[in-house]
Amino acid sequence: MSVLLQEMSERALRLGVPLSVQLDITYRCNEQCVHCYLDHNDHGEMTTVEIKRLLREMADAGVFILTLSGGEIFMRKDFFEILECAREYTFCVKLKTNAVLIREAQAARLRELGVQSVQISIYSHRPEVHDAITKIPGSLCRSINAIRFLKSQGLRVILANVLMSVNMQDHHGVRTLAEELGADYTLDPTITPMMDGDRSILQLNAGESALRELFRDEAYVGNAEEFCAPPPPPDESSMGSLPCSAGHTACYVSPYGEFYPCVQFPLSCGNVRQQPFLDIWRNSPQLREVRAIRLRDLSSCSQCAHGSTCTRCPGLAFSEGNMRGPSMLDCEKSYARTGIPSQNLLAQKGKPSPARLVQIQIVPAIMGGRLSAISSAPSAA
Amino acid sequence: MTKKIYVARSPRIAARMLGEEMLVMSARESTLFTLNPTATILWKAADGDTPLDEIVERRICSEFEVNPEDALQDAEALAEDLAKHGILLISEQPITRAGALVQPAQPEFAPR
Repeated sequence: MSVLLQEMSERALRLGVPLSVQLDITYRCNEQCVHCYLDHNDHGEMTTVEIKRLLREMADAGVFILTLSGGEIFMRKDFFEILECAREYTFCVKLKTNAVLIREAQAARLRELGVQSVQISIYSHRPEVHDAITKIPGSLCRSINAIRFLKSQGLRVILANVLMSVNMQDHHGVRTLAEELGADYTLDPTITPMMDGDRSILQLNAGESALRELFRDEAYVGNAEEFCAPPPPPDESSMGSLPCSAGHTACYVSPYGEFYPCVQFPLSCGNVRQQPFLDIWRNSPQLREVRAIRLRDLSSCSQCAHGSTCTRCPGLAFSEGNMRGPSMLDCEKSYARTGIPSQNLLAQKGKPSPARLVQIQIVPAIMGGRLSAISSAPSAA
Repeated sequence: MTKKIYVARSPRIAARMLGEEMLVMSARESTLFTLNPTATILWKAADGDTPLDEIVERRICSEFEVNPEDALQDAEALAEDLAKHGILLISEQPITRAGALVQPAQPEFAPR
């Protein structure tokens, strides 16, 4: 994050402004990725009119960065109408897509509309691996063609590489592909539970030894010795720090209008079909509860050696049963990084892994893109 | 007679008021800028139809105690600077397209 953007985020936090929103406009998709957590059926997406009204409300509320994601955003026939409206309200628009439906004409239109960046999911540089994950033959070839169209228009493209056991060996290949295409690269080694609480896809996560290797790869982490060093004990400042931007300067809205602190935080705070966006942002009791969380309030984490450096995600903790409890996926990352088990891992030893959790039993529900740089703390957008 | 200069907000930038400052992101440069109050007034008034000297007279001289000629010179330099970063468009003819950009109302925010 640039210094100026950091300053803006701090100012937004002081002013109570929702600086950044991820809006998933559909959960429908033309790929069927093995690790995807979404229910791709349409259970009543917001209409074009509803989305345009929401965009107006978000602009009035001060939202600046708008990430349009899904599902696959180009599955909506009104996608460009939505995007045009978003740009008329002068949002800084970022897109997340698999790009399979982007051709020259779409790329040119995206440039005309002043899109800030296009993030594209690429799982491997090898078609047999990428296409096996998306379950669509030819999908890697089509995504790469789209990247070329986008780059020929001068657009900023980011290749987002979700890593799991089946493609763990391919990140250098995808990174090289990004360089060849003139694109940026980000990777995320975290697979999260399905929207209905089914945790079976967590088996796809890369193992601890693969994570340990990744965290020592200086191409991603800079100085590996420093990155993997034992953490300093949490001080008073880290005890009072915020876990991430979720619910503080950022939030997430599903295609059904459900409002959440973050795409990875399935705590419904209201629905924009029934309540104005700003009203939910300002007055939701659930958001107030999220905003109250500080490290010192977390019974186990506040005693943990990793307290000051852990990337603990409150949304994943909520998915595991308690937003003030542990996020074991992050405990495992801290362990892989430093070799020092967290308090929660020590307490967990010998206990069974978390049972199937139902996060949301009825639609509408959460989900969407969740890619983040390996070294960054979990954050919305 | 001096030529009229018209200024318009670029359709390829993103912008939002945050407190007293205008945040501007240039898609061309992927760079974030903040505009000070004077630049913000100029940017907001840059509808492509109103000549720069009228903007200075109506919006800047009425707001700040400045000499109109000095203010116009400063505004021209500012407009050129913003144009270099792709934030403003400058022309000797009225610019119609960028006038379509909608500036939403900003709510009052109470600091937390």
